[in-house]
Amino acid sequence: MNRDMIKFLGFAALILAVPFALSGGYLMNVLVFVGIHTMLAIGLNLLLGYAGQISLGHAGFFGLGAYLSGILTATYGWNPWLAMPLAAAVVGGLAFLIGFPILKLKGHYLAMATLGMGIIMYITFNETIGLTGGPSGLSGIPNIAIGSLTFDSDKKNFYLIWSFTLGMILLTLNLANSRIGRALRAVHDSEVAAQVLGINARLLKVQIFALSAVISSIAGSLYAHTMTFISPASFGFNFSVELLTMVVIGGLGSIYGSFLGAALLTLLPEFLRAAQDYDIIIYGAMLMMMVMFMPRGLVRGVPDLLRKLLKKRGGKHA
Amino acid sequence: MQFDQLLQYVLSGLSTGAIYALIGIGFSIIYNATGIINFAQGEFVMLGGMLTLLFLDSCKLPLWAAIPCAIAVSTASGMLFERLAIRPLRQPTPINLVIITIGGSILIRGLSMLLWGKDTHAIPPFSGEEPIAVGGATILPQHIWILGITLLIIAANKFYFYHTISGKAMRACAYNRRAAGLVGIDVRRMVLFSFIISSAMGSVAGIIVAPLTMTAYDVGVMLGLKGFCAAIIGGMSSGGATVVGGLILGILESLGAGLISSGYKDAIAFIILLLILFIRPQGLFGKAQSERV
Amino acid sequence: MLEVSGITQIFGGVTALEDVSFSIKKGDITGVIGPNGAGKTTLFNIISGIYTQSSGHVLLNNVDVSGQPPEKLARLGMVRTFQNIELFGGMTVLENVMVGLHTKSSSGLLACSLRMPWSRSEELNIRTAALKWLEFTGISELAEVTAGNISFGKGRLLEIARALAVEPGIILMDEPAAGLNSRETLGLARLIQRIRDLGITVVLVEHDMDLVMDICDRLLVLNLGRKLAEGTPQEIQENREVIAAYLGDAD
Repeated sequence: MNRDMIKFLGFAALILAVPFALSGGYLMNVLVFVGIHTMLAIGLNLLLGYAGQISLGHAGFFGLGAYLSGILTATYGWNPWLAMPLAAAVVGGLAFLIGFPILKLKGHYLAMATLGMGIIMYITFNETIGLTGGPSGLSGIPNIAIGSLTFDSDKKNFYLIWSFTLGMILLTLNLANSRIGRALRAVHDSEVAAQVLGINARLLKVQIFALSAVISSIAGSLYAHTMTFISPASFGFNFSVELLTMVVIGGLGSIYGSFLGAALLTLLPEFLRAAQDYDIIIYGAMLMMMVMFMPRGLVRGVPDLLRKLLKKRGGKHA
Repeated sequence: MQFDQLLQYVLSGLSTGAIYALIGIGFSIIYNATGIINFAQGEFVMLGGMLTLLFLDSCKLPLWAAIPCAIAVSTASGMLFERLAIRPLRQPTPINLVIITIGGSILIRGLSMLLWGKDTHAIPPFSGEEPIAVGGATILPQHIWILGITLLIIAANKFYFYHTISGKAMRACAYNRRAAGLVGIDVRRMVLFSFIISSAMGSVAGIIVAPLTMTAYDVGVMLGLKGFCAAIIGGMSSGGATVVGGLILGILESLGAGLISSGYKDAIAFIILLLILFIRPQGLFGKAQSERV
Repeated sequence: MLEVSGITQIFGGVTALEDVSFSIKKGDITGVIGPNGAGKTTLFNIISGIYTQSSGHVLLNNVDVSGQPPEKLARLGMVRTFQNIELFGGMTVLENVMVGLHTKSSSGLLACSLRMPWSRSEELNIRTAALKWLEFTGISELAEVTAGNISFGKGRLLEIARALAVEPGIILMDEPAAGLNSRETLGLARLIQRIRDLGITVVLVEHDMDLVMDICDRLLVLNLGRKLAEGTPQEIQENREVIAAYLGDAD
């Protein structure tokens, strides 16, 4: 057993112990969201932090997963366990196809194109009223069940969501430490050098784009089945920006950082009830501050800062 | 489909198109001088409208005085944005620049919401609301204001870029920033200038369109994105091509809303945006040039 | 091994290379020399698939590979290094070399995420092979250091180790001695000969004439985008046209 595995098990134990420490159902509900947001942030981080490709349209993939699952189960009576993988496959396939032309673009242009893609999806959720219920939303989505165990309480949902989230963390950690993760970081650092070594950078980027869409779609399905109600407002441009903020705050290319960013951004508004609605000011300020003062994110930036401070102290004594 | 109705769509499309063109040129000017796509561009459009309202209502200024004040304040905030957010950036990678301009954009939007609330506001039209008949269609006096002011600004813009020293220096930066620096052009100053010009143009666009469409703290997002779409159609040119791009977009949107469905109206701009980026990233009129993407 | 025929490259009206043809024998060390602006790096970029030539063909082991992307060429056994070393600065030295073994492994997204037994043993093999190449180039002690923090000279060796990890049949080196001090250059000369002894064909663009004359079996001289001469170092040194091109037409 290596250090990474011990770290992961410690993290998992800590998370799964939370329900024993907390009795409040409300906070439990918030933690369910932390789990969903963590999955989404990890999905985006694979693309942004590892492959170095930005997306401002991931809320769209999240929404597409939620709607596909919601429509298949609520309208057509499918079992959620069937709807979820089908939705993920459709979203992944779509992302794979869009990926080829869209990832030809770089930097600012890629940001704009993915943004446009996300908005087109958002408009589609709003306008295909016959399918999605339009702006007033889609209700009556069934909870997920295993046999006679229905995940219909916050506590049960907590365990459901977090088993997915922890599984996803483990898989992405493995991926990041594999030949694929290395190849991604290589493409990020120097695309031409990676190509010269035989890495098909374009295909790799498209694969990761599709993978991160699949992760977003699964998070969307889970969201739909725990909320039992979805509406387009949850899948707009603002949410894409919120995801981006989570990833940047936690740290590009850090899986645990994505958890930290997701947890912070999900919990913060809850603690700042009074400042509700104004959380976008905080997001904006945080995004700017992070890029300016801590571009490596909290997970790496805080230790960097401490080390610097300690050095200064040491310097003074010397 | 009647001809009059078609004419009506085209006419109203032209005036929204002119707005997109102004915003698009703002995008292009900054992009050409710095290589940055300023995601906060739309917020200066919003500021133009909202600040005019502020000076009208709170300071009780007449419209002719409120407008220049609003332009001045939005321009100053554009300047401030460049100074405080763009210039100090230690690692100006594209991703960092995208993130910081997005951060700036939502910060400005959030502060505006704090200041003015979430309500939609109206600005009085510049000169009455009596419709004017054009052929079988009608337009409002505000439409004429929009087209007139847009033309004026584009002409002024052309004059600046081709007949003044600082305009020529800016063009030099657009061609080759390093070479411009080597011949003694203060590139950082030009970057600041580009932010000043484009925030001023953006705010004018926001002011002249506000009497038609109303204004609120969040109008900047869509207007900004559509302005960007206009610039992409025009191949990020800061001149005629982007104007044509804006007009094409405005007319297509207006026709789409009238003939297909008003709900999908906003999608048209983004579908065009994606198609152009995928198929002709150099713009509708540009020659193939690989470094743009 | 490598055959180049009739390569012409035009950049927006400027002819960078004109009808350049030559062939390189397996197991040789070939030097490409010429004054600045002769088109050496352009030629390298074309052969390694980074540019696509305006006309002409590149044959690798008798297969026409003109216009193939670099990743395809790597799989066909051709790899290159860069004049301003292109390291993966955020990774360790060992990881850099492990990237070079990408084509020697095949676990996909799913297998990697699930850490399947075969992908784990593959990973072990990659690590062992990478360590072997670090040893070959003499930088084993840097294995765990972040590549962004090592010296330029060591970076050069790392780039070569990484390229060798692809197990190429032919390696192109763009000015491998640029930026090295004389001791490092000497080490490089020996390293290049050891690479050849592995049976790998070496082609290098180089300005350091001592190095070129010392280790190359054959030389190719470019001037103003054309082939000026070809031959053994001895022949080239005595070639009057070459001397004129380097020193300017004195007479």
